[in-house]
Amino acid sequence: MTPVSTITANEMVAAPIQTGYWTRSRKVGVGLVAAGVLAAVVFGALATSQTARFTLSEDAQGAALAIDGTVGAILFGLIAAAAGAAMFTDRWFPWLLGVGIVCFVLSFLCWQISDAPAGQNFMPLVNIVRGTFLLAVPLIFGALAGVLCERSGVVNVAIEGQLLMGAFAGALVGTMAGNVWVGLVAAALGGAFISLLLAVFTIRYLVDQVVMGIVLNLLALGLTGFLYERLMQTNQAKYNQPPHFGNWEIPLLKDIPVLGPALFRSNLFLYLALILVLVIHIALFRTRWGLRTRSVGEHPTAADTLGVRVLGLRYRNVLLAGVVAGIGGASYTLLLYSFTKNMIGGKGFIALAALIFGRWSPTGALLAALFFGFADQLGVYLGAINSIIPSQFLAMLPYLATILAVAGLVGRVRAPAADGKPYIKG
Amino acid sequence: MSEAAQETAPPPAKAPEPERESFGQAFLQGLWAANTVTVTILAVVLALVIGGILIIVSDPDVMAQYGYFTARPGDALQSSWEVVRDAYASLFKGAIVDPAAVSDWISGDGGWERVFAPISETLTYTTPLVFTGLSVALAFRGGLFNIGAQGQAIVGVILAALAGFLIPLPPVLHLIVALLAGALGGAIWGFIPGFLKARTGAHEVINTIMLNYVALYFLTWIIIQKGVQNPERTDAISKPVESSAQLPRLLGDNLRVHAGIILAVLVTWGVAWLLNRSTLGFELRAVGNNPDASRTAGISVTTTYIAVMVIAGALAGLGGANMVVGSTADALTPLVVAQIGFDGILVALLGRVKPWGVALAALLFGALRAGGNTMQSVSSISLELVTVLQALIVIFIAAPALVKAIFRLRAARAARLSTSLAKGW
Repeated sequence: MTPVSTITANEMVAAPIQTGYWTRSRKVGVGLVAAGVLAAVVFGALATSQTARFTLSEDAQGAALAIDGTVGAILFGLIAAAAGAAMFTDRWFPWLLGVGIVCFVLSFLCWQISDAPAGQNFMPLVNIVRGTFLLAVPLIFGALAGVLCERSGVVNVAIEGQLLMGAFAGALVGTMAGNVWVGLVAAALGGAFISLLLAVFTIRYLVDQVVMGIVLNLLALGLTGFLYERLMQTNQAKYNQPPHFGNWEIPLLKDIPVLGPALFRSNLFLYLALILVLVIHIALFRTRWGLRTRSVGEHPTAADTLGVRVLGLRYRNVLLAGVVAGIGGASYTLLLYSFTKNMIGGKGFIALAALIFGRWSPTGALLAALFFGFADQLGVYLGAINSIIPSQFLAMLPYLATILAVAGLVGRVRAPAADGKPYIKG
Repeated sequence: MSEAAQETAPPPAKAPEPERESFGQAFLQGLWAANTVTVTILAVVLALVIGGILIIVSDPDVMAQYGYFTARPGDALQSSWEVVRDAYASLFKGAIVDPAAVSDWISGDGGWERVFAPISETLTYTTPLVFTGLSVALAFRGGLFNIGAQGQAIVGVILAALAGFLIPLPPVLHLIVALLAGALGGAIWGFIPGFLKARTGAHEVINTIMLNYVALYFLTWIIIQKGVQNPERTDAISKPVESSAQLPRLLGDNLRVHAGIILAVLVTWGVAWLLNRSTLGFELRAVGNNPDASRTAGISVTTTYIAVMVIAGALAGLGGANMVVGSTADALTPLVVAQIGFDGILVALLGRVKPWGVALAALLFGALRAGGNTMQSVSSISLELVTVLQALIVIFIAAPALVKAIFRLRAARAARLSTSLAKGW
């Protein structure tokens, strides 16, 4: 809790003031040492002496990074513990934390892979990377929509609804027009429709932003579900057989080992998501629009005094967020599937988690989305090798990580100061 | 809290009028001023109008007639009217009373059960919403936004069901234990965000959203565990709750209404007492209005936050327990609690975060839901329309200025829904 924060005084009440020896870095260090030792002991004991191979391809063939299961599990566990111990120097916190978490995961993987049924003691990295990115795509779009909204001071809990509306509009209009691009535009407009409601009711009518977001999610759920049952189910061919984007290979880049086949023989939505992260990052921190957006999100009164049109900017950003999220929703229906009821199934809230976990920045959101995507993909992989780890617990991971993050256990998260506060001029 | 929030009774039918005006005059004036009741009724009307438009637009036959609207406008309008009328008529018949059943009963062709069936269904759907609505409303009054009623209800239903089929107990005691287990589960799930809020300042909105999903995944995991899953089934369903842990039905075995509704009324009364008459309730409202002033006055804000979330969680947990010990279902499935937690948010807002208001709002939503079932089976209008109607009603409630503008109501005094929550993350 920084003193600059004007969120509410009451939230600062009990925030422990970190003074003295036990800084955050040292506290996390203790946790990491414990986790590392635990990994070395438990995973090491459970792992078999089978060789765990991380192949650089889509199957068991080709070059691979190989290590004996038990050795790997113990080794990586100890490295994680060492990273935790190094945190007592109170320096390089993010790097040590990153190394520690990665090594913990590797230790876990060594156990799992060596313990897999015979012949499956390998992890195809190309598949894992590709799956991670593909599963992260809607999260990236959703989290970016959150960044656009919340950086200008409007809480966006309606990401789920925007994604859902985008997916629905993309499928409906895409099918009726028989054209993917028309579908894509419709999806963007669908997301923007939910955004428009959010903007009008929170900015013009001053309805509480979180309340409005929740209600809009339900509205989108009901609206798309209703029209799905009335139109799409009765006439699938006419309303719900959207055309799909194919995969586009990017020359040169597609030949990079591992990353090439994983990332650059992919689809429009992945490219668009990655480009958008870059564009929004630059726009937010290097352009006049970005400066104004951030100032409106932090201190609208000051921005207004300097001549920024606070409400206009908020309207524009919220609508833009809807467009981004709508396109993200289209990645469901214009790529692989046709529309089904409630097809987003909570991904919008994981996107919200990614936004918060990524500390309201585009690049942070990307990394958080990739982390959550990886957790998702890991669940798929572990299911395929008949792991004893229930997939449900892996699915909980993003949510638990976010709770830890906002509780200040992993890092400090702070929302834009005016996030959630309506601005009343005068 | 606004003036509206300070009323303890359900919203009065009209504003209190000065004596010198004639009653009729004053009544009309009170009616047309934007008071709580007027805004609510108009919000429902607006939602029904928009719902009607949706029904027309999504009906291919009717839309085909709009194709030659200029040639024969009567056709299109006639069939539009008919399709909407049929839909809402079956909504009414499913929620309140079916006139045909009444005339059958009077003439001796049908039994009394058909007459009371709609009411019974309405009350059955109302019961859990009262609990989750109270949960959200209570937290609102304490200045916390409990989006986690869904997760709390899920944990509640898990513990209630486990107590219902794992512990062998005599009838009445078994039911009490199951209900308490449900409340305990919800309380635990409410304690976590309350504690984190009090100790670290972590925003309860984020944490409760996340905990909803953690609870959901836990539910899908525990259903398929040995000893929990129904051994006769291969799909995700648990063993059924013993009949000794079931709430008794009120109107015979053919009607679903059960004693949960009585419990709901008692709990509403209890929450109203807690909020308005107890020390904790006073502290809770004080903290909700102004935590800084409360702290200055010697109220422990952290303790209050935790207490609020624990009680709110217990209420939502009771609502969850109702889903397996009532007549809705008797075993755990992934969708056993349906949407009661999220609907609870809408109910709390519609009820202006006052206990008796919440109970009435739950009754309205229960009626919509019960009627929606009939609408789906008789007029083949998707049940999802009910979700749309509910969301629209709350949107209009939340923005009384919009309703005022649409209907050109006179100045609003007590109509503004102020939850005093606009404080962001």
